[in-house]
Amino acid sequence: MAALLQTRGLTLSFGGVVAADGIDFDLQAGERLAVIGANGAGKTTFINMVTGYVKPTAGKISFDGKDITALHPRQIVQLGMGRSFQLPQLFLEQTVQESVQLAVAARTRQLRLLRPLAVCVDAQEIQQSLELVGLAHRAHHLCGSLPEGHRKLLDIVMALVLRPKLLIMDEPTSGVAADEKHGLMDTIMKALDQRGVTSIFVEHDADIVTQYATRVAAWIAGRIAADGPPELVMSNDEVKSVVLGH
Amino acid sequence: MVLRALPWLIAALTLALGLLFAWLKTPLIIALSYGLSALGVSMLIRAGQVSFGHAGFTCLAGYAVVAVSRAWPQTDALLLLLLGVVAGGLVGAVTGLFVVRYRGIFFGMLNLALSMVLFAVLGKFYNLTGGTDGLRMERPPIFGQVLERAGFETSLLAVSSLLVVATCWVVARFYASPVGQALTAIKSNEVRLEYLGISAKRVFFTGYVASAALCGFSGGMFALIQGLVTPEMGYWVRSGEYVFIAVLGGTLHPVGAFLGALAFEFLKLFAAAALTGVWQLVIGVVLLVLIFVAPAGLVAWLARTRPIPPQQPAGSAQDQA
Repeated sequence: MAALLQTRGLTLSFGGVVAADGIDFDLQAGERLAVIGANGAGKTTFINMVTGYVKPTAGKISFDGKDITALHPRQIVQLGMGRSFQLPQLFLEQTVQESVQLAVAARTRQLRLLRPLAVCVDAQEIQQSLELVGLAHRAHHLCGSLPEGHRKLLDIVMALVLRPKLLIMDEPTSGVAADEKHGLMDTIMKALDQRGVTSIFVEHDADIVTQYATRVAAWIAGRIAADGPPELVMSNDEVKSVVLGH
Repeated sequence: MVLRALPWLIAALTLALGLLFAWLKTPLIIALSYGLSALGVSMLIRAGQVSFGHAGFTCLAGYAVVAVSRAWPQTDALLLLLLGVVAGGLVGAVTGLFVVRYRGIFFGMLNLALSMVLFAVLGKFYNLTGGTDGLRMERPPIFGQVLERAGFETSLLAVSSLLVVATCWVVARFYASPVGQALTAIKSNEVRLEYLGISAKRVFFTGYVASAALCGFSGGMFALIQGLVTPEMGYWVRSGEYVFIAVLGGTLHPVGAFLGALAFEFLKLFAAAALTGVWQLVIGVVLLVLIFVAPAGLVAWLARTRPIPPQQPAGSAQDQA
């Protein structure tokens, strides 16, 4: 079966620092991949390259059979790859509802000049999307006024309503209180499962990784040091000493 | 509700004042003209960008209107107004091609630089532009009728007032549209916009052309009421006044630009008459007071909308890399 996402010899250097060291990587449709690694291991750099934010110095990235190495983020998004961020990227001066409406309008190519945004999108879809992540009661709140957990959810739902084939989430539980992490991940994974979305998520919490991932890739110094089922990767000696600090 | 009624209220008040006090017609039309330019500037302020050169579009459109009127004196005033809009929009589309790549101070200064190049060219090419004396035009027909000055001014005031209402309606629709919302989103997060599959550059270009067209509209109106255009119309101080008016009026709703323009023009008029030597001081003090009383502008104050409190800025994807 052809991989949904594939990288070959993916390399990125910042002067003498190698942030990605010839990464060969395949992701099959339906997988839930957790990316783990210490700070500076190159996890976010990898995501930034795959989503078009940073261009690699060498190598090739394919998504759904297409070469996306030289494409802009918006072109990659249009091909079916969504992304959420470690620091949620929201429209701080707009409401939760307006933000989701704008995302839906972008997907349906309803970028009209004089027709109100609310009329350009399906109100029921907006309502259902907000209910899916438990943000319906926040619909009319300004994004800038949301607590961190809700910001994370909105960041994810804005990517989710684009109906991506693959959703990449950079540290979806960072900045969220420890007792809220599992609830947040339950909500996210339920939403992804309902829509049949393949996912990659960067995570530092070993409990979250083992509970929610079907596969784990451990990054060390710009390369994948271990890749496989969670129990196998988490028991790898190099991963235990460098990534998990055991 | 208040916001929807305000454009009509301003149009009615403007018309009534103009009919009651004939000497007010010219300052009122000039205020509406300034309001159109300020609306163009405020459209960009919604995207978080400030242009210190939009008077250039107003000026250029004014010259285009006068040039056409001198070449074809029978051209109707309404057609000339339309010409101003088209001229402003076209020039905006050309300059916008590269200006929209920049943000913040670079965007503001680039616009300023372009307007100052235009200012210098208009001042130096005497045979073509009349130099610093500018170009004059005869009073054009309006609705196919050649009118005396009083009749022309009344007709122009009525047309301008109605067009201001129409402009407020169209721009309010634009602000509420997906592209208008995307334009506002540029202010807080271009990265997210790109990751929704929306080209921030294309959205900003659309806003930029629309703002230049509004300035062109303003330039046409100004040329018609004054019968004269000079390079001063494009001087950077005028661009600064447009920014001042946009901030004074507020960007919550298009009508804010006209509230700001009327307040500014009349403040200047009466302050200059009563306190000739220190009218700038009066304006400065009023601005200081307004910053405390109505920090989001007159329109937000009237609509009783609180300004959005400062928020923690969203970190960029690069920050996280």
